[in-house]
Order: sequence, then structure tokens, then C-alpha cells
Amino acid sequence: MYSEKVMEHFRNPRNVGEIPDASGIGRVGNPMCGDVMELFIKVENNIIVDVKFRTFGCGAAIATSSMVTELVKGKNLEEAKKITNKTVAEALDGLPPIKMHCSNLAADALHAAIEDYLRKEKLMKEGDKGSS
Amino acid sequence: MRKIYLDYNATTPIHPEVIEEIKPFITERFGNPSSIHWAGREVKKYIEEAREKVARLINADPMEIVFTSSGTEADNFAIKGTVETFKEKGNHIITTSVEHPAVLNTCKYLEKCGYRVTFLGVDSYGMLDLDELKSAITDKTILISVMFANNETGTIFPIEEIGNIARQKGIIFHCDAVQAAGKVPIDVKKLNVDLLAISGHKFYAPKGIGSLYIRRGVKLRPLIHGGHQEKNRRAGTENVIGIVALGKACEIALRDMEKESQRILGLRRRLEEGILKTIKDVTINGHPESRIPNTTNISFHYIEGESLILNLDLEGIAASTGSACTSGTLEPSHVLMAMGIDPVVAQGSVRFSLGKWNTEEDIDRVLEILPGIVERLRSMSPLYRRNK
Repeated sequence: MYSEKVMEHFRNPRNVGEIPDASGIGRVGNPMCGDVMELFIKVENNIIVDVKFRTFGCGAAIATSSMVTELVKGKNLEEAKKITNKTVAEALDGLPPIKMHCSNLAADALHAAIEDYLRKEKLMKEGDKGSS
Repeated sequence: MRKIYLDYNATTPIHPEVIEEIKPFITERFGNPSSIHWAGREVKKYIEEAREKVARLINADPMEIVFTSSGTEADNFAIKGTVETFKEKGNHIITTSVEHPAVLNTCKYLEKCGYRVTFLGVDSYGMLDLDELKSAITDKTILISVMFANNETGTIFPIEEIGNIARQKGIIFHCDAVQAAGKVPIDVKKLNVDLLAISGHKFYAPKGIGSLYIRRGVKLRPLIHGGHQEKNRRAGTENVIGIVALGKACEIALRDMEKESQRILGLRRRLEEGILKTIKDVTINGHPESRIPNTTNISFHYIEGESLILNLDLEGIAASTGSACTSGTLEPSHVLMAMGIDPVVAQGSVRFSLGKWNTEEDIDRVLEILPGIVERLRSMSPLYRRNK
């Protein structure tokens, strides 16, 4: 039921783990529904220089997590924001229809991580202003 | 790669003796059993022989056996046939929340048609409360439908006690015995069941054949209308190959049951004990004693079942999950949910169901492979880290 590419990423997921000093962390999904994704990004000069994930979920959940890390590494934030769940699914040569909604959350995790980074950045800048 | 099949509750291969038995019906004996000429006559007698063999497996009389296309059809026939027949008497059905979809969705359909359905709950072992059953009965209750053994956990229900309750109250009792037939002894007379469904492909006959036991004296409106086959109870030219196969499979099951169930129980224990010994944070779902010998349902905490199944599949091991992803819904198994199991834990449940061609080597191979897979998936799981 899965494409060869999905199975390849499922078998050998890229960038598994976490980044201890991550610039941003995105956590999406609901364990009750069978999928939780956690994505860590390291941002330097507006570029995502490192990315890692941890996922609880089915084959599609793991493969999409792995794929999104491949797609986003080295991209700047503007490019990264343009990656959608659909982009990820297409890069994997598609997902079974039932998985499109329940297990295709990797881009959401990425966007949540970017938002988390931007929020922290904003707080830091405001903090700088306050102290000066 | 060595292939290991541990999904016998999904379906079974056809027994070699069954294949031998049906060969003449594929090659030569092609007649329509309703025909009066030689071609029909030579086939007809084998259908009646098969009927006797099916009857013997469950201690019924041959005339009480009706052949159907599947267990699902037998369940539909039993339930819809009963409510059609008794709709003047009442509109209430009692069943359980852990039935197979063949029963569950048939009852839900009837609910939409205006019938009232009580879905009984189960305890953490997946067991029914007979007092709850008794208090659900009203003077409008026309059918009780309870499965013999649960397909996901293997838990066996107290069918004889339920039969006694139903008989005392004069309510028709249907039992979906699809996962029990051929695995544990069934005596319809002792159990006081009125209707009982079985399916061939769950015990070494081909797919596409089942049967419904209809106790003598119980009149059911047919589900399939047409010709006069099966004494007007089920129309359609007989699936001769399937019927002959089912007969043979019943004969073999009866002959081998005692020896085979002991052997398989030993393998299941080897698997369960091995898993409990080598992997932390696992729970076995289902009743510890009242369970069919071949089934075990195990929750591997902090990981999701499908990813475990896929990894086992990559190693040539076939098992299944009753959970979300495979069944095409978002919810975890309705059976495990009814047992009150944490939905997150239920997502990580796998069913191993054993059968005739499993060996100790198979089990040991699983025990060799499984801990590494669980470890790897846990190392990827955000839930695992959070709990450590």
C-alpha cells in the first residue's frame, strides 16, 4: 500500500533524534489518533542548518517526518515555510488516501518549529530593547 | 527470506487434505446439484456428506446446517432473518460492543431502520458481565447476539450461560463462532444456541464458504431470495467446491483439535513468555484463562502498531494490528477501547494468531527479531523519552 520511497524512508529514516540547543521545536499530532511528531530546527543566519525529528506513528508518519527533514535542510526560512504536507507527500510519490489526513503532519511540525523559533527571536529582540 | 505467518485469525492456508478432497470437483464433478441427471446426482450426495461433517463439528443435525458464502453472510442472515421474523413481537436487540463488524455494523444498520440495540460493555479482560446482560433484557427483546471468541483478543465468552438466560426468556440467541470453530469444542445442544455462524477460511478451507446453524424449529426469513436451494433457506446454486472443502476442514478439525490446540497453546505461551522476558513495558490484552489457544494481543507501549507490523513484515513475519491505520479509521481498536485500555497504549497493540504450520523455530525467530524492532521504534518515539 505504500510507495517504494515511503518504505525506503521508513526503513532508513533520516535525521532521527533531537537537537539539544534547538532554535525552534514543533510538536504536532495527538497520541490518541496514533501520530505525534516532534521536529527540532537549528537556524543560523536565516538558514535551517540542522533538523532532527522524533515520531510516534505509523509508516506514513515516520516516512513523512524523515522526508521533511531532507527537504528543509539548508533552506532559508522563507523557502521552508512554503513546504506543505502536500509537497512532502508528493516527494514520497504519494500516500494512501486514508493517510493523507491522519499521518501527513510533517510540514505542520516544521511550521510549528519555525513559529517557535520566530517567537523566541522576537522575545530576545524585545529583551535586548528593554535592557538598552 | 524465511516467511513466518502469524495471522491465522485473518485467514488460513488451505489444508493439503482439503485440496485433495476438492480436486475432483474442479476437474470432473461439475454438475449442478439441483439437476436430476447423473451429473447433478453425483455432486448432490457430496454436499449432503459435507453437511453431515459440518454438523458433527458442532453437534448439530445435518438438516440444521445451511451453507452461506461467508461468516459475514451467516451473521447477516441470522440477525436480519430473526428481526424480520419476530418484528411483531418486539424491536430490541442485545449484542456486545466488541463484536466483529459483521455483527456490529449489521446491528447499527438495524438501529437506523428503527430497531433498538443495546451494546453491552466488557471489563478489562474483555469479559461480559452476565448481570448486565440480564438487566438489559426487556419484553421487547427478540435477539441476543454474542460472539463465541473475540477475533482481536481471543477472549471466550460464557456462551452456555448466555444460552441458558436466552432460552429461559424465550429469546433467540445467535452466536458468531467464526474465530472459535475448529479451534475449541462447540456443542450447540449443550450451549443452548439457536443460531451459530462459522467461516471456512478461518480453519483451512478456502475463502467464500461459511455456514449458519439454525436450530430445528427456528424459522428465519431468508436473506437471499431465488431458487429452492438449501430447503428454501438460502437461494443460489451451491458453491460445491467450497461446501466439500468446508466439510473436509470440519472433519480434520474435529480429528486433530485436542492435539493441535495443546501444541498451539504451547507455542503461544512460548511467545508470550519470551516477549515478557525480553521487552519491558508490554501488556497482554485479553482474558488470562478464558481464551482461544492460538491468539495473543500484546500492547507495546510508546510505539504505534502499524510501524511495528511493517518492520516485522520486512523481516518476513506476518502479524496484524486491530488498530487505526490498517482498518482505515482514526480510532484505535474498538475492542481494546471497550476494555478501557488507554487509547495511546491501544495504538501500540499487535495481534499474533498462530496455526497449524507454526513451529517453535518460528516463535524463536520472532523473539530474536522483535526486541530490536521495539527498541529502535522506541528510540524514535517522543512518548518514550517523555516517560523515562
